[in-house]
Amino acid sequence: MTETDTDKKSRKMQSVGRMKEIMTGYYIDAKTAGQTGRKVAWITSGGPVEPLIAMDIIPVYPENYGAMIGASKMGADLCARAEAMGYSSDLCSYARADIASSLIDGGPIGGLPRPDMLVCCNNICGTVLKWYEVQARYYDAPLFILDTPFCHTEYTDEAKKYVRRQIMEYIAFLEEATKKKFDYDRMKEVGRISIEGQRLWQAVLDTAINRPSPMTCFDAFFHLALIVTLRGTPVTVDYYRSLLAEMEQRVADGISAIPNEKYRLLWDNLPIWYRMRWLSEKFAAHDACLVADTYTTAWCMSLRYMDENNFLDSMAEGYTKSYLNIGVDEMIKIVLEMVDKYDVDGFVMHSNRSCKPYSLGQYDIQRAVQRERGIPSVTIESHMVDERSFSESQTETRIDAFMEMIGQKKG
Amino acid sequence: MITAGIDIGSITAKAAILSDGRILGSKVAFTGYNAREAGRSVYEALLRELEMDAPTIERIVSTGYGRNSVVFADKAVTEIICHGAGAYYLNPHVRTVIDVGGQDSKVLAVNPDGTVKDFAMNDKCAAGTGRFLEVMARAMESDLDDFGPLSLKSHNPSKISSICTVFAESEVISLIAKGENREDIIAGIHESVASRISSMARRVGVQEPVMMTGGVARNIGVVRALERALGVSIEVSRFAQVNGAIGAAVIAAKI
Ligand code: SF4
Repeated sequence: MTETDTDKKSRKMQSVGRMKEIMTGYYIDAKTAGQTGRKVAWITSGGPVEPLIAMDIIPVYPENYGAMIGASKMGADLCARAEAMGYSSDLCSYARADIASSLIDGGPIGGLPRPDMLVCCNNICGTVLKWYEVQARYYDAPLFILDTPFCHTEYTDEAKKYVRRQIMEYIAFLEEATKKKFDYDRMKEVGRISIEGQRLWQAVLDTAINRPSPMTCFDAFFHLALIVTLRGTPVTVDYYRSLLAEMEQRVADGISAIPNEKYRLLWDNLPIWYRMRWLSEKFAAHDACLVADTYTTAWCMSLRYMDENNFLDSMAEGYTKSYLNIGVDEMIKIVLEMVDKYDVDGFVMHSNRSCKPYSLGQYDIQRAVQRERGIPSVTIESHMVDERSFSESQTETRIDAFMEMIGQKKG
Repeated sequence: MITAGIDIGSITAKAAILSDGRILGSKVAFTGYNAREAGRSVYEALLRELEMDAPTIERIVSTGYGRNSVVFADKAVTEIICHGAGAYYLNPHVRTVIDVGGQDSKVLAVNPDGTVKDFAMNDKCAAGTGRFLEVMARAMESDLDDFGPLSLKSHNPSKISSICTVFAESEVISLIAKGENREDIIAGIHESVASRISSMARRVGVQEPVMMTGGVARNIGVVRALERALGVSIEVSRFAQVNGAIGAAVIAAKI
């Protein structure tokens, strides 16, 4: 089926422009914080950002920046620079790209603003510890480390006490860094807004339950930026509310994300930022819509633990039980739930050499999905930012064969 | 119905022609620099050999890494599906296919109806492929065709631990320098290939009967090493190298 220009136009999402505006405004605020007297904190993507928002500190995410570097295809160059500084090519490419861009004070948007403090939560990986230590030394800024014990199966009482105590230390750290008292009422409000934002984000993702789906995971990768960076702010809530309305309208109007949705797929792991377009066109050419992914879902997965009437306690639990901080058996449960919820025909796993905690266990998950649901899967080996490790013809053969396999099965 | 399959691999291009499920002929040639040209020339050479004209061929399917460069094919299908179809054609009971070609190796689990249930491929690395063996043959200053029979004479295969082709090559060179027995080194090379492929095969799950296809299947040393590593017997058809092209021709009859 060939697509007319009008078809393409109607498929285009209106909210994209608004998102770009918000993100531009956000980065301008962050980059001019020095002049406006606001403080900037660098924080890991899975870190509890809400206390920062409550203290009016601007959160900045080197990982979001890493995604920007990847999408603007600057990853290979920056990674190579980091390697020349002595960092191993096995190190996460977000870390390599971020460290190199600090050194040259360059990259997209001319580099990130200097941090006044850094907040590192190891609920996503151990890499961030060393990465943030390096940056804290480089910028000579204080670093707070929130240590979240790994939850193989449960969040024990000991873990609960341990993390909860650190949340109080985190608050004390922020008071010290800003020389301001922490406002618990404000915190409550920010917590409420954060939960609302996450609920809306989940609702947006859930519109993909519809057949045909109004969005793909490639859209989700784009629209994710706000729930990562500005969780807990009203602008996020407004944005996702209007995005949700747009998605619901598309469903009502029968506008699908891809021209001819025949197969529905689930994506696992981070995006391959520099190949988003190629991948989305490749799958669309096979009439396959990647309707959901484990990655963008991670920013609303903790909703089940969140309680706005007891935000700080529930936040401690929610952040500790993040997707990358639980055992593989728990991950399998989540993946199977998603397979059922979005009713997918296949499972696409990005085996990401950058992100070990995400990629470890994928074969077990794959086996479980195959055993429990009998759907085919495929592995794509790559790096999320470092395009030197992407092989187009290898990836193409895998995807083509995978789609042929699904075609043989489903007809 | 008369159909053709053309398989453009990284090292060789293969063509096969089938008539109502009977193999009329097949041919192998080097791919060389120009994949597009290779497809046409191996196909035309086969037609000449069979004294057939192009118009008698009703349908053509191309496969292999150069599948999209065969512009005169009716359809391009990946080598994974074609190897499944080819192996099923040669033996309808087959459940596992191990295909080792020039630049990649793959293991397929085949459904009882010949469709592919699951597959695994080597990651972007030459370990466990024909290219790996070529590099080793160069290091050993041997002809690759002698590798199989020579390795069968070994009683004590050398240990080659590196997966990386470049490192493994220097390991081999140092084994030569140490004066290790030639047969043992070659047997060690085969074991290294077999161990790489067998872990991939286990991931997919090995069910008998197992068939090996692709150019490397002609190397009896690799086949025996794989049999030992997996604890199964492996059948190799005389059409192993052209199995992908045969599968493509089989599929061509169905589209
Ligand atoms: S290793 Fe993974 S979780 Fe850790 S910083 Fe890199 S991408 Fe994020």
